[in-house]
Amino acid sequence: MSLLDTEFSDGNIVIAKADDLLNWARLSSLWQLGFGLACCAIEMMATSASHYDFDRFGVIPRPSPRQADVIIMSGTVTLKMALRIKRLYEQMPDPKYIISMGSCSNCGGPYWEHGYHVLKGVDRIVPVDVYVPGCPPRPEALLEGLLKLQEKIRNESMVKKTA
Amino acid sequence: MNTEEIFKILKTEFENEILELQTLPVEPIIIVDPKAICKIGLFLRDTTGLEFDSLMCLSGVDDANGEKKLAADGSTVISSGTLSVVYHLHSININHKMTLKVSTSRELPEVESVESVWKCADWHEREAFDMFGIVFLHHPNLIRILMPYDWEAGYPLRKDYKNPEFYQGMKVPY
Repeated sequence: MSLLDTEFSDGNIVIAKADDLLNWARLSSLWQLGFGLACCAIEMMATSASHYDFDRFGVIPRPSPRQADVIIMSGTVTLKMALRIKRLYEQMPDPKYIISMGSCSNCGGPYWEHGYHVLKGVDRIVPVDVYVPGCPPRPEALLEGLLKLQEKIRNESMVKKTA
Repeated sequence: MNTEEIFKILKTEFENEILELQTLPVEPIIIVDPKAICKIGLFLRDTTGLEFDSLMCLSGVDDANGEKKLAADGSTVISSGTLSVVYHLHSININHKMTLKVSTSRELPEVESVESVWKCADWHEREAFDMFGIVFLHHPNLIRILMPYDWEAGYPLRKDYKNPEFYQGMKVPY
């Protein structure tokens, strides 16, 4: 809960630090890149749907990386896809964040030894902010990951990007 | 119609190109010449009473029956021996099934394409090429289908395959 989320009764003026304002705006409308890789994407879609309702945190899937703030790596990252993921990430405007969802994109998951085609962790090509464990993670776990990311963004400053 | 009866029909039609009827260990398999599989397929599809209009599956197999040598780094290298392709056919009209198999050399694996007989063989053959390096002659577009187009480390499902250390600057092993 930041200063801007609290209720004010005395007049129409809120005094806040520019950092707080920007961070509050950023963390309250994290638009995600509409993008799924494997079975984790099914859980991610379930999280977006009405029962878990990602939208209440301001998370809306966007069809273009130019309009996206966060990319959720939901599934197995193959070597062939890794090059495309890197390009998608580079096409996103700053500030941009990454949630790595599930064992596969965290570390290769069940493919760690014999997966000749799998990148053993998406953090080998792009910087990850939050890792969500699970195979696949439940929607609650993904929501927790998103809250962790919001927490990280809340403590950012204009001088130094931490998340 | 069962496989034994089909084998007799094929034997009279294609004397030398039908090699053997193998009944063990699981299902009866008719083993044929890899250079004749296309015309045999066409015959099986278009003959009344056989009418195999559906290719259910086309699979590559590494028989790994060649000479195995241990390389200096502990990996196995297989030379000579065979690679195989297995065809599972089904007739929708008559509702009977059969299995064909061709074997080709590991050094120069060449099999005639059946893409002109069953269109679905197009991608199946590209997969067998991608995973085992089996070359399908007269295939219209024989390129990799699953692995990246610039994959140079070989064919992943061969028993003596070795994964590369790096691909496009990305580390591959765990």
